[in-house]
Amino acid sequence: MPGNWWLINRAYFIFMIRELTSVFIAIYLVLLLILINRIAAGPDAYRAYLAFLATPVMRAFHIVALAAALFHSITWFTLAPKGLAVRLGERRIPDAVIIGSNFAAWIVVSVLLAWIIL
Amino acid sequence: MADPTITLEIFRYRAEQETEPSYQRYDVPYRDDWVVLDAINYIKDRLDGTLSYRWSCRMGVCGSCGMMVNGVPRLSCAAFLKEYYPDPIRVEPLANFPVERDLVIVMDDFMEKLGSVKPWVIRDDTPPLSQGERRQTPAQLDAFKQYSMCINCMLCYAACPVYGLEPRFLGPAAIALAQRYNLDSRDRGRSERQAVLTSEEGIWECTLVGECTVVCPAHVDPAGAIQRAKVSATVDYYKDALLPWGKR
Repeated sequence: MPGNWWLINRAYFIFMIRELTSVFIAIYLVLLLILINRIAAGPDAYRAYLAFLATPVMRAFHIVALAAALFHSITWFTLAPKGLAVRLGERRIPDAVIIGSNFAAWIVVSVLLAWIIL
Repeated sequence: MADPTITLEIFRYRAEQETEPSYQRYDVPYRDDWVVLDAINYIKDRLDGTLSYRWSCRMGVCGSCGMMVNGVPRLSCAAFLKEYYPDPIRVEPLANFPVERDLVIVMDDFMEKLGSVKPWVIRDDTPPLSQGERRQTPAQLDAFKQYSMCINCMLCYAACPVYGLEPRFLGPAAIALAQRYNLDSRDRGRSERQAVLTSEEGIWECTLVGECTVVCPAHVDPAGAIQRAKVSATVDYYKDALLPWGKR
């Protein structure tokens, strides 16, 4: 297969974008780990790191990383019924219910985390 | 007004007379009830008898006439000319397989993989026919029926970039058919199939691109079969690790 195989087909392209979003999420997690390390290093180190995170480049990165995380989560939840064939008695639970409950759980956990942090 | 025509650009390769494949253009009559296979049959009968391709039932049952139609794996008996008219249609052999001649691919690899998952009911204690049929409830039938609809057309292999990049991958249809028997209440052969399914070339090669399901003409959903096989293999792993004394 040619190296650009994922550029010539729309479905392959979307798949590849979803895979690539992981890179942004990984970088974000590294920044988060450094933040914890800086908190441990004292108030001055923490403030300096916050100033670094407020630079335009870092702001832009966080916006892109948020978009990547949203794209990844939404496309992944939509695929969830592929792996889950849940049965209630004789009937298989419809895909829409599985997708919907994933989104509902996502929102509940997000609100809970926001309530703890903010 | 002249009768309308449509152009087919057909992949040609005859190993005995050329080293590189080429495309040959044919103008065939356009009819809105014709499929690509009708147009190719017209070429074979009226224009060029040297063209080679596979077909049999011309109604989506046999799975023989899979081809790349404008770059998409399709059954040529189910791809209507009117979907493409008036643009020319490019017809190529199924992607990701070696070409035998023109539109005919070498399917040995798929046949070997299909056999490796033992797609039949396995059990030691097959009761004699004199005891009557082995009945299943509608729910037991429903558990595997979708996967049993596979017609071995190999469109899913042509759509799968993982198979294209790593030809050792067991592939969508073989895994879906393994699941078809794994989920059959009469079958006892799951552990025999798991060795192949969970091998390095098995289910874990799949990255869930999902195109196998999109192109499947029989609505088998191989991508779903593979993800469900991953879930049950993971459950097996934890059962083994946490309950080593337990019987699966």
